[in-house]
Amino acid sequence: MEKNLIPISITVNGRRVELEVQPQHTLLKVLQNQLDLIGSKECCGEGECGACTILANGRAINSCLVLAVEADGWEIVTIEGLAEDERLDPLQEAFLKAGAVQCGYCIPGMVMSAKYLLMKNPHPSEDEVRQGLAGNLCRCAGYNRIIAAVQLAASEKEAA
Amino acid sequence: MPVWEKYILPASLQEALEAAASAPGTARFIAGGTDLLLDLQQGRHPPVHTLIDITALAETTALEIRSDELFIGAAVPLSRIVQSPLVIEHAQALAEASALIGGPQVRNTASLGGNVCHALPAADGAIALLALDASAEIADRRGCRRAPLGELFLGPGRSALDPRAELLTGFYLPLKSSGQASAHRRVMRPQGVAIAILNMAIWLARHDDLIQDIRIAVGPAGPKPLRAVQTEGFLRGKPYRKETIAPGLDVLLAETHFRTSPHRATAEYRRRLAGVLLEDALQAAWQRAGESSEHQTVI
Repeated sequence: MEKNLIPISITVNGRRVELEVQPQHTLLKVLQNQLDLIGSKECCGEGECGACTILANGRAINSCLVLAVEADGWEIVTIEGLAEDERLDPLQEAFLKAGAVQCGYCIPGMVMSAKYLLMKNPHPSEDEVRQGLAGNLCRCAGYNRIIAAVQLAASEKEAA
Repeated sequence: MPVWEKYILPASLQEALEAAASAPGTARFIAGGTDLLLDLQQGRHPPVHTLIDITALAETTALEIRSDELFIGAAVPLSRIVQSPLVIEHAQALAEASALIGGPQVRNTASLGGNVCHALPAADGAIALLALDASAEIADRRGCRRAPLGELFLGPGRSALDPRAELLTGFYLPLKSSGQASAHRRVMRPQGVAIAILNMAIWLARHDDLIQDIRIAVGPAGPKPLRAVQTEGFLRGKPYRKETIAPGLDVLLAETHFRTSPHRATAEYRRRLAGVLLEDALQAAWQRAGESSEHQTVI
């Protein structure tokens, strides 16, 4: 297998990294196993649950559904890239304030999808939040508080 | 045991076609791969030697007006189609259909070409393109040719393209004229993101209270995405009225072959839904066509 390794260069959370990856490894696997970024989760592995959501070139994607080799040259932001030093992103703060986190497994993906939504639409209606999070599932069924958290983050942004 | 050995990202169409022809084993083109990668990983698609990514080609990523047609590259992600003012203006059914495929993250990766090449009889993108009378542009090492979209399908999951020699570069759609419009409607199970229980796309041209011309595509209503040509023939030239649509549904039910699928729906349920979707899609397209022609008739 070693002979098949492919060199890629990606920017992850502002840091440029050079890697050698196997052609059949997903981007999620490489983030977790080669870069120790274990915040993005694999749950369904088939694009239904969104637990692996990251931003790639400013767009939310399922990192379990793209190959690491495809990511050559991409700018990637994972859940680990939102906080600055010890200061959480306002969206993460809003999730805490709204009590939106239960078991927590879906939360990294929820936050990244919400981040993408707010980048495109800073003041979404409740319906737009629901549409924006349509690719993310929460098995605790904590949707109402998650949606409230996204709206809280949007309203605080407005006030700031 | 990996289900593919090699992945390449060609920078030109010629390079992509050469790579397919010269791969030491089977090769498949990939544009997004949200279906193909899963099918490979889960054993629904036989292992391939080489995956050839076509998302870096100028030919497959264009979305533009070319003389009197709209061109949509096969590798254009669905989210770009949903937001494109050109698609919303000229191919509303396609914008609606693309917004229903997967979730937001999947639509940022998945391509229209992939939706079509997967050749599922109820693929939302394919159903919309059929009703919009799209033609496919297919490249091989000798050049490009065009084919009506329907010729791409052999059966469920089987495309007519030769994976070693032919690359689907994109789709040409006629531009919308005054009095014309389209709509796409579907019914699916409420949970999660999945293929439709039943979907339908309608394009029509209205003149006063008449359905001057119409195209209807529906799935899954047979082994391939189906154009309901007999229903179209029945409705063409008739006034848009309840008394027209009811016998039109009888024609539709006679030319479709709804089946019971274990996880989605019974044939009987699909037959009932067909009437609902025919009414909904027809009404949406009719009203839009009225808005674009200044004539308004409501029933």
